Amino acid sequence: MSKLIPLSEAISKFMQDGESLYAAGFTHLIPFAAGHEIIRQGKRDLELARATPDLIYDQMVAAGCAKKITFSYMGNPGVGSLRIVRGAIERGEIEWEEYSHFGMISCLQAGAAGLPFMPIMPTGATDLEKANSRIKRVVDPYSGNELIAVPALNPDVAIIHVQRADINGNSHLWGIIGEQKEAAFAAEKVIVTAEEIVDESVIRSDPNRTLIPGFIVDAVCHVPHACHPSYAQGYYDRDNAFYMGWDEISKSQESVQSWLDEWVYGTRDHAEYWEKLGKEKHKNLEVEELLSAPINYGKY
Amino acid sequence: MTSTFSSAELMIVNSARMLRDGDVVFVGVGQPNLACNLAKRTHAPNLTMIYEAGVIGAEPSRLPLSIGDPTLVSGALSICSMYDIFANYLQRGNVDVGFLGGAQIDRFGNINATVIGNNGYAHPKVRLPGSGGAELISAWANRCYIMTPHQKRRFPEKVDFITSAGFLNGRSERDATGVRGGGPLAIITDLGLLEPDENGELTLTALHPERTAEAAIENTGWDLQVAADLKSTEPPSDEELRILYDELDPDGLYLKRA
Repeated sequence: MSKLIPLSEAISKFMQDGESLYAAGFTHLIPFAAGHEIIRQGKRDLELARATPDLIYDQMVAAGCAKKITFSYMGNPGVGSLRIVRGAIERGEIEWEEYSHFGMISCLQAGAAGLPFMPIMPTGATDLEKANSRIKRVVDPYSGNELIAVPALNPDVAIIHVQRADINGNSHLWGIIGEQKEAAFAAEKVIVTAEEIVDESVIRSDPNRTLIPGFIVDAVCHVPHACHPSYAQGYYDRDNAFYMGWDEISKSQESVQSWLDEWVYGTRDHAEYWEKLGKEKHKNLEVEELLSAPINYGKY
Repeated sequence: MTSTFSSAELMIVNSARMLRDGDVVFVGVGQPNLACNLAKRTHAPNLTMIYEAGVIGAEPSRLPLSIGDPTLVSGALSICSMYDIFANYLQRGNVDVGFLGGAQIDRFGNINATVIGNNGYAHPKVRLPGSGGAELISAWANRCYIMTPHQKRRFPEKVDFITSAGFLNGRSERDATGVRGGGPLAIITDLGLLEPDENGELTLTALHPERTAEAAIENTGWDLQVAADLKSTEPPSDEELRILYDELDPDGLYLKRA
């Protein structure tokens, strides 16, 4: 049965106040459209997890959606500080839980594999371990040596943006594949947003590229350009100017509020947001085609 | 005093020279990215550049502005998940070199990229971005280099928080942890090079052109020792500068002419 529904319906049906969320994508395929829809619907007390909170969580924290944030690098990638989240932590206004990148991704990997924890080799740096009581030591039963253990992360909801999916949620993604697969398998509920909805035969033409099978997906939403100001490999470029501009916007609560009023609350949906960006911006973000060499699966 | 070479030129060129042909290097954006791309276009054409976003063998055609820039992907040798890049590449020991930076670097090469202030982790005076990949690179890359401007506030006697392990309180303490990487081999500053002595303490071993040991001592938060055979680094060559300005950063995003 088709799981294709509008994004607004997917968020209202599957994302509830107080739940935990992993909106996946390491700098690539970040599901901004879904984040904005969560803001529009006024969701509250969410526990947000992402290796890099990025602008998507900075905006959600600014809009008052979050009570907790879990991360491993809290910066504006390539620019500097992530001002809203940083300010909330410095003022003690939000709970937080912190790992290294590998620690964070290992939490998801454990969750995805149905394990209670994942072991990691020690790194010699123990201050974070002292600060985060969920990072523990385990003894390797074979050598007797100590390893680091991080707990499974099983978010209530994962939101994954992909280049193309069929109506059942079978999803192709390529380029930087960060932690999308792990987040989808770790979560209880999975919302997929896609640049394109394609026929199942397109998915079946290249099964190695299917990182997420439809049967773990709860909703599929057709949302072109959903990642702006992040990007979708082969579809549009990263809007670096926006990432730099956010550094200025996020310097005061007033300018953040007026940005949210204009671009999130002031737009009905992501299609309207994208239109509002204008033709010149669309053109700047266009990307020239570069096709891979075809491969032969063979007819058997 | 006007200088012939800018701070950025000296740090990038001298970092590039640390790389050997055939190295597999874990690259960060900004100055380390320029250093690695410079090395690849000069003495190390067989350098393999790995980015923590899961890109192996990147050949960026433009200057990447974030660690996950799409220009890293097109034409790369391989793309893998974040779990795989840290597990199979870094933890397994397949990375020769890592470049690191940080808000604070102490006498034993420990790095703080997490919190500044005496109130402790729970009540940070200044909250920094945190580890990202840094804790792991410093532990598991075979060789580590740290790039930083030489400033007293960046070089305290002891860091407020150890995000990435250098030699902890001395070389024997790092050795006792059993981590596979050898720890920082050199700190490349805009004044010169600091290298660990037999106990892991960073000492001044080389100066860049027109830079003085007095300036290095003045801008270091501990009693900086100067090596008996203090060396001078070779000035950046015309060719190195040409590649940096004309090919790698033509828009001057990271570099300004001295």
